[in-house]
Amino acid sequence: MTSCETVTKDIDIPKATLELSVRNHPGVMSHVCGLFARRAFNVDAIACVPEGDGRQSRIWLMVSDDDRLPQMLRQVEKLEDVLAVVYHGGEHPLFTGLAEYVR
Amino acid sequence: MDLSGAQLLVRLLENQGIETVAGIPGGTALPLYDALAESNRIRHVLARHEQGAGFIAQGMARVTGQVQVCIGTSGPGATNLLTAIADARLDSVPLVCITGQVASGAIGTDAFQEVDTYGLSLPITKHNYLVRDAADLPGVVTDAFRIAASGRPGPVWIDIPKDVQTARVPVCCLPEPAVADRVPPLDSDLLEAAARLIELSDRPVLYLGGGVISSGAAAAVTAFAARIGIPAAMTLMGLGAMPADHPLALGMLGMHGARFTNNILREADLLIAVGARFDDRAIGHAARFCPEASVIHIDIDPSELDKIRTATVGIVGAVKTVIEALGPRVPARRRGKWLLRVAALRETMPLLEPDGDDPASPYGLIRTVADCVGDDAVIVTDVGQHQMRVAQAYPFRRPRQWLTSGGLGTMGFGLPAAIGAALAEPGRKVVCFSGDGSLLMNIQEMATAAEEGVDVKVVLMNNQSLGLVQQQQELFYHRRVFAADFRKSPDFLTIARGFGWHAVDLDREARPRAAIGEALRRRGPVLIHCSVDAAEHVLPMVPPGAALTEMIGG
Ligand SMILES: Cc1ncc(C[n+]2csc(CCOP(=O)(O)OP(=O)(O)O)c2C)c(N)n1
Repeated sequence: MTSCETVTKDIDIPKATLELSVRNHPGVMSHVCGLFARRAFNVDAIACVPEGDGRQSRIWLMVSDDDRLPQMLRQVEKLEDVLAVVYHGGEHPLFTGLAEYVR
Repeated sequence: MDLSGAQLLVRLLENQGIETVAGIPGGTALPLYDALAESNRIRHVLARHEQGAGFIAQGMARVTGQVQVCIGTSGPGATNLLTAIADARLDSVPLVCITGQVASGAIGTDAFQEVDTYGLSLPITKHNYLVRDAADLPGVVTDAFRIAASGRPGPVWIDIPKDVQTARVPVCCLPEPAVADRVPPLDSDLLEAAARLIELSDRPVLYLGGGVISSGAAAAVTAFAARIGIPAAMTLMGLGAMPADHPLALGMLGMHGARFTNNILREADLLIAVGARFDDRAIGHAARFCPEASVIHIDIDPSELDKIRTATVGIVGAVKTVIEALGPRVPARRRGKWLLRVAALRETMPLLEPDGDDPASPYGLIRTVADCVGDDAVIVTDVGQHQMRVAQAYPFRRPRQWLTSGGLGTMGFGLPAAIGAALAEPGRKVVCFSGDGSLLMNIQEMATAAEEGVDVKVVLMNNQSLGLVQQQQELFYHRRVFAADFRKSPDFLTIARGFGWHAVDLDREARPRAAIGEALRRRGPVLIHCSVDAAEHVLPMVPPGAALTEMIGG
């Protein structure tokens, strides 16, 4: 599974990037994106690439760093297919690079 | 050994200790049903609607605490199961739901009876699978049972295409049956911090939720409360955690809780939330709930901590383990003044049970049934006024005595859940209090009950109305009752008899108390019908969005 997507970007709210290691299968993106959509938590940008032998993938999510984020993090950590979550404050260079494509 | 995917699945269910499953067959589930027919260890209970099958499995799971299984075919079978599974999710009931799916090659072609079961079940399950290879079944089934039972329990859905069910797989041995994951060790600093908060508190209250029941912590929590002398309020899901007649039991808090219960909470300086999730029906306006209290929150689900109310001390862990570890760290302390205050509030703001002496009134019926059946019986409800009255007034004295749809509030839960309870614990009487609106939502399961001969009694409080809706319209919509009163009502006695049930009409009984006793003593399914007044509101009541102490009536 490889997928890149950039959606609306709210300039004013500080951003954070979540880096998820997930089991790679066709449903995992639905699990991750569905969780954010269900809880009305906007994802500004998303990127996903398979890792090494393809059994795992890495997903980066650019999200608003507001006071609901800690609760979202706990929810993400509960997903069965999410093996690890790393929080990066601010934007990730990955997305700055991707932004080139939508200029 | 060479088995079909379906045969392997049945072996795996047997291996997991499953003895009874509920479901309805259909095209894409036929290989599985053919394999089930060969099993002499699994009994299949044929429901009459898949939602019924889901709730039968829930009834079994709620009384035993074990993971239970329901089965359906693809398409409509799967969509009919959704409500029961969503209900299990919100009330943390461990289930494994298995559905047939169209053959792998047909997925995505709008084939006959194809729906995106994976997509539909995703937001209402703890986890879900679409099995693509029969060789994956041992791993998937074991994981499904493990996930359903681990941490905060919940439903897991396994969708299996027909060709995966018929594919041959070499099998050498079955995996070890799944067991729940261990929980991480407790943080002793947090335990110590919680113990100090309790020690220093002058007006502590326990707030016990369904997590106390599901973690098997009722006895431990009751002992803890008794030793330290802390009164305890229970949520709808927590009823039975502490015996209703325990001197420290405050009954149910929340929208239809007693005035004294909600007022005691308002005065607390420390709230100890145990296996509870600060649901709006329980706490009213969140910012005004226990305004003066620090909060200790104990829950196995880390995402519950700080979700609604930020905890002063939050402890993640199995409730029973936490309470057992916390107990010895807290010195007993006499809080005479607080307990006197609690007693005074209890005295001045009691729960009123109008007409409680009349066995043909709602509260009187509840009292009479409680007097007749004792603590061994399982009490089930549907959703509505009758449910709230049973929650308020029934003297629950043990965990898993009480089954109700709390989080989703699903009308139609009662009858099939009662059947499931009776199947799982045939030695117990099972009494389901229902309303005429709710009973009609799964009345077809009367056929299942009659076929299985289960010892289920339905006590129908018939107000010819969607009573709780009518109440809200009368209170909050200028008395404009719309689409809530039934202009024509069926003859429930004839219907029950037509399904092969025994039926008793209290409206025609000169001695209703005796008639209730006799009906309850009878073995097998019985309908006890009683007309009640739709104009009677369930009180007191916290208007939606108000603070807990801003109650109407009662
Ligand atoms: C499946 C479903 N649909 C609608 C509702 C909304 N609702 C809540 S209570 C209620 C009325 C219940 O009527 P009844 O079962 O007769 O019980 P009563 O309140 O009269 O005791 C309704 C329609 C619901 N909870 N569940």
